[in-house]
Amino acid sequence: MATPSNNPPLLEVKNLRVEFPTRRGTLLAVDDVSFDIAPGEVLGVVGESGAGKSLTGNAIIGLLEPPGRIAAGEIRLEGRRIDNLPYEEMRKVRGARIGAIFQDPLTSLNPLYSVGRQLVETIQTHLPLSAADARRRALDLLKEVGIPGAETRIDHYPHQFSGGMRQRVVIALALCAGPRLIVADEPTTALDVSIQAQIIALLKGLCREHATAVMLVTHDMGVIAETADRVAVMYAGRIAEIGPVRDVVKQARHPYTKGLMGSIPSLGVRHDRLTQIDGTMPRLTEIPPGCAFNPRCTERGSRCLSERPELMSAGTSRAACWLHDRGGVGAPIVRETADA
Amino acid sequence: MLAFILRRLAQAVIVMLTVGIVAFFLFRYIGDPINAMVGQDTSMEEREQLREKLGLNDSAPVQFLRFIGNAVQGKFGLSYRTSEPVGRLILERVPATLELAFCAALFILVVGVPMGVYTGLYPRHWSSRLLQTVSLIGVSLPPFLIGILLILVFAVTLHWLPSFGRGQTVDLGWWTTNFLTWKGLQALILPSITLGLFQLTLIMRLVRSEMLEVMRTDYIKFARARGLTNRAVNFGHALKNTLVPVITVAGLQLGTLIAFAIVTETVFAWPGVGQLFIQSVQFADIPVMAAYLLLIGLLFVVINLAVDLLYFAVDPRLRNQVGSAREAH
Repeated sequence: MATPSNNPPLLEVKNLRVEFPTRRGTLLAVDDVSFDIAPGEVLGVVGESGAGKSLTGNAIIGLLEPPGRIAAGEIRLEGRRIDNLPYEEMRKVRGARIGAIFQDPLTSLNPLYSVGRQLVETIQTHLPLSAADARRRALDLLKEVGIPGAETRIDHYPHQFSGGMRQRVVIALALCAGPRLIVADEPTTALDVSIQAQIIALLKGLCREHATAVMLVTHDMGVIAETADRVAVMYAGRIAEIGPVRDVVKQARHPYTKGLMGSIPSLGVRHDRLTQIDGTMPRLTEIPPGCAFNPRCTERGSRCLSERPELMSAGTSRAACWLHDRGGVGAPIVRETADA
Repeated sequence: MLAFILRRLAQAVIVMLTVGIVAFFLFRYIGDPINAMVGQDTSMEEREQLREKLGLNDSAPVQFLRFIGNAVQGKFGLSYRTSEPVGRLILERVPATLELAFCAALFILVVGVPMGVYTGLYPRHWSSRLLQTVSLIGVSLPPFLIGILLILVFAVTLHWLPSFGRGQTVDLGWWTTNFLTWKGLQALILPSITLGLFQLTLIMRLVRSEMLEVMRTDYIKFARARGLTNRAVNFGHALKNTLVPVITVAGLQLGTLIAFAIVTETVFAWPGVGQLFIQSVQFADIPVMAAYLLLIGLLFVVINLAVDLLYFAVDPRLRNQVGSAREAH
C-alpha cells in the first residue's frame, strides 16, 4: 500500500544526515535519507549491519548516542518538527507519541522492578491516571499482549519471564500510552525462531487494532515480506531502494536488492544455489566515489564510479541506481581491471 | 532465605571463633600476665599461687574454652592498667565512637553518593572533572594531616569549632550522647569530616564508575525511550542498579570507620574505643586489646550479615531463586 497522497504522512524524514565526529574526521553514518510513513502503515527498513538503519530509528526517537548527532535534515511527526526539540519536549513525545522496541528483551527491562511497576510508571508519566487506574490499564495491556495469568504475572520481575514473554512485556510498554508510531529495532533478532513469528504476528495485529504505524528495522527480509506494507533498503547510510513490499520482493530494481532477494531461500522453488553478493559493505571511512555499491555491483558502468545516483522512479518503486536513468550506467567496465 | 541466614550465622560463628583464638593467643603468649599484675617484690611462690588461682596452669584448650565462655558473657577480666572490668571500660567508650562513626557515615552518604551520581551522569562537565581531581587529594592525604589542617583552620584560626574532646554530652544512663546539645554537635563536625573524607572519595568514585556502567545498559536506554523523566531514569532506575556494589563497600566502610577511628580519636582527643585501644597498647593492657579485637570482629560479622540481607531487599533476582525462577511460558 503506497501512501495516499491526500493524507498527510504521520512521519516525514527529509534529507536526514547523522554524523559521528571522531578524532580522524567526521563519519557520515546516515547520508541524506528521506522517507515518509503514513498513519497505520508498516515500513520495513532492511540492510546489513552498519547500513545506518538503527541510527535512523534512534534519530527519530531522539536518542542518538553521543557523539552521534543529526547534522542536517528534518524529522516531522504529524507535521510538527521533532528533530530539534529540547530534551524535555522530546521526552514528552517519546513513549506518548512514538513508542520504541529494542532488540534484546532480556536487557530492555530493569531487573530490579516488577513489570507492573515499569508499566504503571510509564503510563503515569504520560497519562493523567490514578495509580489504581494505571494498574488496571497495565493489566489490560498484559492480557492484550498475551501474557497468561496476567493478574499474578503483573507483580513478577523480568527474570521470571522467558525471552518471548519479556518481548511481549516490552511491546506492552511501547504501546502503553497509545503512541501513533512504533520504532521497532530488530524486535525478533534475539529470539528463538519459533517465537519470532508469534511476536511479529502480535506486533502486527496490535498495531492494526490501534492504528499504530510501525517502522520495523531488521535485517530479516522474511519478516519484512510478511509484515511490512512498504520497504526501504539501506546500504552504506543511504536508501538504495524504497517501494511497496510486494514489488521490491518480486521485482527488485536495485542490483543490491536483487542480490538480497537472491540470497533468501524460498520453499517450492528449486534453487541450484543461492546467490551471494561478493565483497562486504564498505566501512564508513572508505565509501567509494559514485555509487557506494559499485565495487560489488555486477551491472555497473563508468558512470557508477563517478556520479552518485539519487532515488529515481523505477516502476512502482524508487531506486538509487543509474540503470533507471535515461543516461544509463555508462560504458561497461571490464571486471579484472577493477579488481586489481 | 531462612536457610541462607542460618548458613551465614554458622559462618559468623566460625569467624568469631577464629578471632577468639587470635585474641586468646594474645593473652597467652604476649608477655607473662602475672608479671603485669604483680609488683617486683612478689615472691616466686606467690606468683605460682596466683598463676594457679587464675587457671594459667591448665592446658591451652581448657583455657581457651574458659576464655570463650567468659567472652560470651561479656567478661574479659580486669584491665592491667586501671583494674576496672574491661567490659565496662569499653562499654563506657562505645557511644563516643559509634556516634562519631555514624556522623562520618552520614557525611559520606549524604555528600559522597550525590557527588558520585553527578560525576557519573555528566562525566565530561568541567565541575565533574574538578570533583574528580579534588577527590584525588582526599584519597592521598592521610587522615591525621587532614585533622590537623582542619583544626588549624577552623579551631585555631577561625575559632568556629572546638579542636578536641566531645564537648557537652548528655548521659542517658546507658548511653552518653552528643546529639542533644549544641556544643556536642559542634564537637562532632571536625572529627566526622576527618574520619569520613577518605571513604567519601572512595564511595564517590565507586558510585561514579557504577553509574557510568549502568547508564550504558539497554534498560536505561529503554527507560528513556519510554519517555520517563530524567529524575526517574537517573535515580529510580540507574542509581538503584548501582546499589548492590555500593552497599557492599559502604558496609565494609562502616566497619572500617569504627575500627580505624583510632587515628582520628587520637588527633581530636576523642574519648572513644580507639583512644582506649591506643592507651592499652602503650601499657600492654592485653585484656583490653583482646576484648577490642573481639568487638571489632563481631562488628564486621554483624555488618556483613546486614549487607547480605540488604542484597535481598534490593535485588529481586536473589529472592525466590529456588522457587519460581523462570516459570514455564
